[in-house]
This record gives sequence, structure tokens and C-alpha cells, in this order.
Amino acid sequence: MRGWLVGVVAVLVCGCGGLGATPADAPNTLVTMGFGQPDEHATARVAVFRAAHPEVDVRINEGAFDEQQFLSAVAAEDPPDLVYAERRKLGSYAARGAVLSLDDCVREHGVDLGEFREAALRQVTHEGRVYGLPDFAMTRVLILNNSALRAAGVDPASVSTTDWSALAELVARLNRPKRIAFDPKVPEFLPLWAKANGVDLVGTRLDDPRVVEAVRYTAELVRRQGGWASFKAFRDTFDQFGAQNAYVTGQLAAMPMESWYLNTLATNSPDVDVTIAPFTDRRGRPLTESSGQAWAIPKGARHPDLACRFLVTMTDADTWVTAATARRDALAAKGKPYGGTFTANRVADERIFREVFDPRGNRILERGVPQVLALQDEAFALAPSPAASELVRAWEGGVNRVLTGRQSPEDAMAQAQREAERALRRVGAR
Amino acid sequence: MTGRAGWWFLLPWIVGFLAFTAGPMAFSLWLSLNHYDMLEPPEYVGLDNYREALTDDRVGTALWNTLFFTALHVPSQVVLALALAGLLRRAGRAAGFFRTVVYLPVMTPPVALAALFLLLLNGQNGAVNAFLGWFGFTGPNWTTDPVWIKPGLVVMSLWTVGSTAVLYLAALTRVPPERYEAARLDGASPWRQFWHVTLPGISGTVYFTVVVNTIASLQVFTEAYTMFFGARGKQSGEGDAALFYVIHLFREAFESLRMGYASALAWGLFVVIAVVTAVQVRLSRRYVHYEGER
Repeated sequence: MRGWLVGVVAVLVCGCGGLGATPADAPNTLVTMGFGQPDEHATARVAVFRAAHPEVDVRINEGAFDEQQFLSAVAAEDPPDLVYAERRKLGSYAARGAVLSLDDCVREHGVDLGEFREAALRQVTHEGRVYGLPDFAMTRVLILNNSALRAAGVDPASVSTTDWSALAELVARLNRPKRIAFDPKVPEFLPLWAKANGVDLVGTRLDDPRVVEAVRYTAELVRRQGGWASFKAFRDTFDQFGAQNAYVTGQLAAMPMESWYLNTLATNSPDVDVTIAPFTDRRGRPLTESSGQAWAIPKGARHPDLACRFLVTMTDADTWVTAATARRDALAAKGKPYGGTFTANRVADERIFREVFDPRGNRILERGVPQVLALQDEAFALAPSPAASELVRAWEGGVNRVLTGRQSPEDAMAQAQREAERALRRVGAR
Repeated sequence: MTGRAGWWFLLPWIVGFLAFTAGPMAFSLWLSLNHYDMLEPPEYVGLDNYREALTDDRVGTALWNTLFFTALHVPSQVVLALALAGLLRRAGRAAGFFRTVVYLPVMTPPVALAALFLLLLNGQNGAVNAFLGWFGFTGPNWTTDPVWIKPGLVVMSLWTVGSTAVLYLAALTRVPPERYEAARLDGASPWRQFWHVTLPGISGTVYFTVVVNTIASLQVFTEAYTMFFGARGKQSGEGDAALFYVIHLFREAFESLRMGYASALAWGLFVVIAVVTAVQVRLSRRYVHYEGER
């Protein structure tokens, strides 16, 4: 009787504790985290790797990257072989030692890091060592609603973010009930507005007068359009991914937006009349922020060599072209245009937009894509920081307090600066 | 022999309690005295985490938001559940159907509920404001105006009032009818009957639901996090209006990777809940009546 009970308890404990080898421990097995396969960009690239390495069992752990899941896995010494996450976060993990340096991997496989866009690569570089290979690259552009602007007697070509006073006057002129004249997209686009005002958000004090001015200006744009509560509630009603999106319905006249939205517009509302223009700094120079994901190998990964081969394959120019072709063909089968794939690999982009790009006469893509491509190499990116999440939370919290009228821009950003300093001190102290 | 057999029957619970409740609590208490970011070994820091919690502005904000929500949510829940239970008691032959209808919303997953109420409570074209508009009221921006965010969450929380209502219904059926008869003979109005017969008769159940709902409210998390801090949170600008205590704790733990500090916050909440519950227990001696007590 006693032996039987001990046996039951032992089985339960071992089951709960996960003792013993798991399928992930098997040789030639690769487990990923944070990567899904929603379209051909993913499936075709994984297929390229599988074709080159049929002996490897690639296990794609579908689902978005979850910071808690990833760090718990690393802490429990049970990490995946590969992690796919925002570059900004990977920079932070590199500083904290949660991901491995890829220097040996890159050297061994002869990867030419010069092919990657500088801003993207900088985000995954810590103390001179590369910790991730950049994957997609998104930039930000202005998308102007020609119909709404012309109806108000405004030439879309005259709309820019160069002259902040003129933009504020334009907002006053375009503002109507049930329409957002200009959405500055704060707090998430604060780095872009700060850069336009001559200052990098990471590496500068958050209470720098130029940051404060950017916060005050963008919050004022929102205030002139009814204040944050109604502005945001109205924006929440937009059908962003549908055929009746805010550009079609005329609910929105202009906003800066990530470049992926061009493809959304082209696919769901191909006839909508929009102008794609660069966001400009206050001297009129085109300006954009780059962001995107990267592949990295977590500390404690069971198969780092295989993982290295996988991420090299996934970010290789030939693989990207294969994926882009598959994507184009899939869209063509549905009668839809292909607006290109924006990657962090410059060589891949050159080939994709030369050999694969197929706008099928779509005006949004034909006019917008060249604008995005022209901006790619000029893009800036948030510098990596060991306290990246806390810094973002600090400045976004500051902007939110201004938007909701609870603090002045000066006080809000001073508090944000104090919070950022505390976060950096805590990380630096470890 | 009988005593030993009892222990064997208790063993599964004891093992579960030690492994999944007492053990983690003890570990969390120890962790609250350390810096721990999950990547480096814990580093002992004494009471630093508790000292920081006392000076953390966001702890004060989160605690205030949580207490404010609790103060609105618990009484609203009790009143509405009582009203529904009263109606259900008069439902007659269709009682079973209406009991199911009242309880059904409780089955909604919290995340789905949050997503649903983001639409219903939208200040510009949400159904709640449309309903208010029929009566000539202009509804507020429930999900974007910091002043109205917590009342909006209270409105949403009433969606699950059915679980409390069915408890009250069960309690109401246990109040002896002769007491109402005696009260009516004495000329008591319906209100006085409710106040002097019904309420004392179900006070034990009301007390139980107040305690349980208070503890749940002090730990409010899922709906508010989904609505204001999840993926949507990246674009939300409601500031700290929906920053509840457990949300602050969660973000410190899993966004800032400060497990030690988050553990200290958890023990702070444990103390708050213990104090509030102790006050409720104390008050219950005066206001709660149980059958058979003198």
C-alpha cells in the first residue's frame, strides 16, 4: 500500500516538475518562440530552411512574443532555440545577458552584416557585439486623405510637418465634427516628433526642452480637435483594417503611420485617394523611424549551431526573395496587388522591388512605395537600452498625463525623467 | 487508526496546499527581501523593496484606484443582485428560465467581456451612450476620459452580478414566510418588511458576498488590463486612471522584471486585504444574524 502511494506521488511530482528529457532536447530539433506563420513571408522562408536541412525538426511555437514567457523560460534554463522579438527589446535582453552574441555565428557562416540596414543592426548591437539578425523593417510616413483635404480647399502637396505653426493652423481649418484633421499618433510616435525637433529620445533627458516642446505641441494638436477623451474615443471607432477605413469614410484627413499600412490600404480599399509623403523635421528634411523584429538565440539554447543556421537562412537575401515571390503569387491568385516586402536586408529589398514587386496598377503602391524605399536608409532607430521597456513606459506615461490634462508638459516629462533614471539605476546596479 | 486514516484523506489537499499555496507564499516572502530579475541570482536587499513601495507614487495611485473601484463596485453589486433576486423570486413558473438568463453572463470569459465592453462603452458610438441618449442624456467617454474610466469599469463589472443574485435568491427562499405574515399583521410597509425581515434574514449571505466581492475587487486585474494595458495599451492614453494595484504589481514583475519588488507589493496587498476583511468581520458581529443564534 505504502509503496503504491509513493509511486503515485513520484509520478505526479515528476509530471509536474517536468523531470527527464523533453522532445525539445532531441538532436536536430529547433524550437522557436514569438514567430507565427500567418502568410507566405513566414511559411516560404521556413520551407527554404526545411528544404536545405530536411533532417531538422523545426517546431514553430505559433503566437506573438511574450516577454514573461520568454524570460521565465530563460530563468528556468528551458529556453527555446530561437526567439523572434522586437529589436528594441532584444537590445535590452542583450544588455541583460538573456541572449547570446552572434559574432561567431556570423563569422562562421560568412554573413555580410553590411547588407543589413544600419539603424536596424544598431538596435541589436551591444558593446560592439551583434546579438540578433534583423528581420522586417518598418518605417513611418505621412498618409494624407486627398479627398478630405481638397474638399476643405487644401492642396495635399502643401501638407507637411515642417512648419509646426502652419500645421496647427491647418488642423484648425480642417477640424470638423466626426473627423480627425491630423492625428499626431502620440504617445507612440513621440520619438519621431522629438527627433523632428532635433533630439534623440534615448540618450537625452526626457525633460529636455525640445522633448517638452514636442509633447506640448502634439498634445495641443489633440486639444484643438476636441481633447483627448473624445479624440481617442472617436479614433477607436475606426475600421482600420476594413474596406470602410477612416480614409474611405473621410473620418481622417492625415496622420503619420507605419509603412505596412500602405499594403493594408492597397488591399482593402485600392481606390482610396491618398498621398504618401515623408514626415519631415522642422528644417524640412525627410525623417523616419525604423522598427521591426530580429532573430536571436537565447542563453541556454539547446541547439545554438542549428539555431544559427536557421536565423542566417531566414534573413538571407535569397530566402527573402523566395518568400516575396511566394507572397506575390498568392496575392495574384486572389487578384490582389503585391506591394513589396520591407526587410532590414538592403540587398533583399533591392532585389524584391526590382524583380518581384507587382503593384498591378494600384496607385497607392505605385506612388507610396518609392517614398518608403527612399526613406529606408535615412531612418533612425531607438538606441538599445538595458531598461528599454521602462523608458518607453516612462515617456508614454508622461505624454498621457499631458494628454489627459493632469500635468503640464514640463512636470510630466520631469517625472518621466525621474522614472527613467530610477529604471536605469536599477539595471545598472545589477 | 481512525485518526491516521483521516490524515490519508487529507493528504491530497495538504500536498496541494503546501506545493501551490504555502510554498509559493513563503518563497514570495523571501523574494520580497531580494532584488531578482529572473536572469541573475537573487540578491538580498533587506527591506529596501518595502521602503521603495512606501515612496512609489504609482503605488499610491494604484491603491487609490483600487479602493475607489471597490467602494463603487461592491455596494452596486449587492444592490443590483438583491433587486434581481427579488424579481426572480416572483418569476413564478418561468423561474428556472430567468435564473439561467441572469446567470448566463457569468460564463463570459473576462477577456471577451473586456473586448465587448470597449465597444459598448465607446463614448462616440457605443450602445451604452446610445441607450442614455434615448432618455436625453449625453453619455461620457467611458473608456477614454480618466474621470469616467473607473465608473465605466464598475458598469462592466455588473455584467457578472448573476452569481451573487442566485446566492441571494437561495437566501431569500429560506426566510420563513410567517415572519412576513407577522410583520404585515403588525402593519409593516413593504419597505419596513424588507428592512426588518428580509435583510436580517439574509444578512449572513450578504456578509459572505460582501467579503468575497471586496477581496475580488481589491485584486481586480483581467478586464482592466485587457482594456487599457494589453496590446491596445500601446496606443491608449488614459494615463493611470485604470492602474489598479495588481496591474501595477504585474507590470513591475513581468515588464520591468522586478520580481522582488513585485513580491513586496503582493505582501502589501495581502496586508490591505487582511485589514479590510478584519474590519468587515468586526462589523459583522453587529449587523449579521444567523439562524439559531440568540
